[in-house]
Amino acid sequence: MTGMAGTTHQLTGGALGVVGQLLVVLGVALVAVGALGLLRLPDAYLRANAVTKAAALGLVLVLLGTAVLAPGLDAVLVLLVAAALQLFTVPVAGYAVGSAAWRARAPMDPRTQREEGTGPAVDPDGPDGPVGEAPDLRS
Amino acid sequence: MILDAALVVLALAAVVATVRVVVGPTDADRVLAVDLGFVVLLAALALLALRLGAPALLDLVLVGTLVGFLATVALARLAARRSG
Repeated sequence: MTGMAGTTHQLTGGALGVVGQLLVVLGVALVAVGALGLLRLPDAYLRANAVTKAAALGLVLVLLGTAVLAPGLDAVLVLLVAAALQLFTVPVAGYAVGSAAWRARAPMDPRTQREEGTGPAVDPDGPDGPVGEAPDLRS
Repeated sequence: MILDAALVVLALAAVVATVRVVVGPTDADRVLAVDLGFVVLLAALALLALRLGAPALLDLVLVGTLVGFLATVALARLAARRSG
């Protein structure tokens, strides 16, 4: 059962097809690992780590594998442009989410090792967030 | 066959993202879960374009990349504004 794919659009076969399938499988595995991290990691910053890796590397691998498997030059061009845009935009989005968590004082896991005077500790100095220096340290 | 298995794994990842949207303790967690949901949707669209032989879906992947980026940034700004 190859579905309707075999009728009009023939997928790439042979060694190149194996390469494309390997890329797709690797990318989907990375997305799955990212989902596992989103489910299991203890705080928002670590989850941002997992999700950003899955979005950047996993989706780009899936798109590259699709570009290898897809028939026709149009599909390949569209997929390459989408992969490049994803590589450029994911770090920006990840930074925006991390910065938002920081400003909203999302709690850190207590096992996180951090330098003295940093971190979104509760400081009584006002709602301006941890941008200034030396918020008061809890213990 | 491999594409079917990959689509099933992506569906499981979508379930995980939905769970995190519901239970996520902070708003940043919910934004991250929506981001992962977009990633899963785009990967599934690319694979469905192969599986169904519908190259028009690849244009949706290209547009969805940009929409997902803008949605994530906008939601992150909202989550930062709501201090909690």
